[in-house]
Amino acid sequence: MPSANVNATRMELTKQKRKLATSTRGHKLLKDKRDELMKQFLDMIRENRALRKKVEEGLMKAHGSFTVASAVMSSEVLEQSLLYPKQSVDLSMNYKNIMSVNVPIYQFSTRSADNSEIYPYGFATTSGELDGAVDALSSVFADMLKLAQIEKACQLMAEEIEKTRRRVNALEYVVIPDCQAKIKSISMKLDENERNNTIRLMKVKDMMMKEALDTKRQETARALSLYK
Amino acid sequence: MYKIAVLGDRESVLGFKALGLDVHPAETAEEARKTLHHLARDGETAIIYLTEQFAAEIQDEVAKYKDSVMPAIILIPGKAGALGIGMQNITDSVERAVGADIL
Repeated sequence: MPSANVNATRMELTKQKRKLATSTRGHKLLKDKRDELMKQFLDMIRENRALRKKVEEGLMKAHGSFTVASAVMSSEVLEQSLLYPKQSVDLSMNYKNIMSVNVPIYQFSTRSADNSEIYPYGFATTSGELDGAVDALSSVFADMLKLAQIEKACQLMAEEIEKTRRRVNALEYVVIPDCQAKIKSISMKLDENERNNTIRLMKVKDMMMKEALDTKRQETARALSLYK
Repeated sequence: MYKIAVLGDRESVLGFKALGLDVHPAETAEEARKTLHHLARDGETAIIYLTEQFAAEIQDEVAKYKDSVMPAIILIPGKAGALGIGMQNITDSVERAVGADIL
């Protein structure tokens, strides 16, 4: 609970009150941020799952054709056929800011727009299965890129959400209660001091009154004795 | 301009060569680890597709780059089939963010 040694002064009280106000405000803002991040994250993760499923299926199909192709052709010929690709891919990367998380956006451009350019070999010496495999790969490639983008975004957002969640919890369960307890203990101590002071003043006043009364009485007594 | 790399056993990654990607075949997990480390540090490779078979063996190396924007390491099934690690990773990030698997 409240840390034992806080200075019970007005200055400390003001400081703690200000800290409490900031923490409460920060807590609210961070909570909002967490909720919004979570909302976007869940949408994205659903998309991620669907896309991954699709990519995995596509790739398995491509691998299937590839295996058949490598069974039909010798591995040297297979490797030779794919040795010098005609096509090349350029990737450019931009950033998008989702609730203060910078996620990458990928754009790719192929060197030649012609789709048939993906076959870097002559058709005479290769099996048709290889064409199928390469074709399957190229059709799944766009999705693979999208998957990369979404999956990275999901990972980065998961990290940010975790961080924000920890901060929210720390504020809610540690900083704010601690602050409130400190404020309470300081204001109670100050009140106590105030009462102490009042009582002391009242006592002093009583003593002074008594003294004044006594001197008055003595004077009256002396005056009376002189008169007699 | 950034590069896209594919890392895995020879037969799984060979086909990507036709698409014009940077293909890095590796024979052993240790070799894959070295190549991955090298690719991740070169500052030119934005996406690395890694086969699940290798990813299973070098998970610590893969986890290092989880929180950095570059490179994105994306797991793909190798020719032996999907191991479900990619899907498991998605579940892991949900657990990390939410605290429980809610999907």
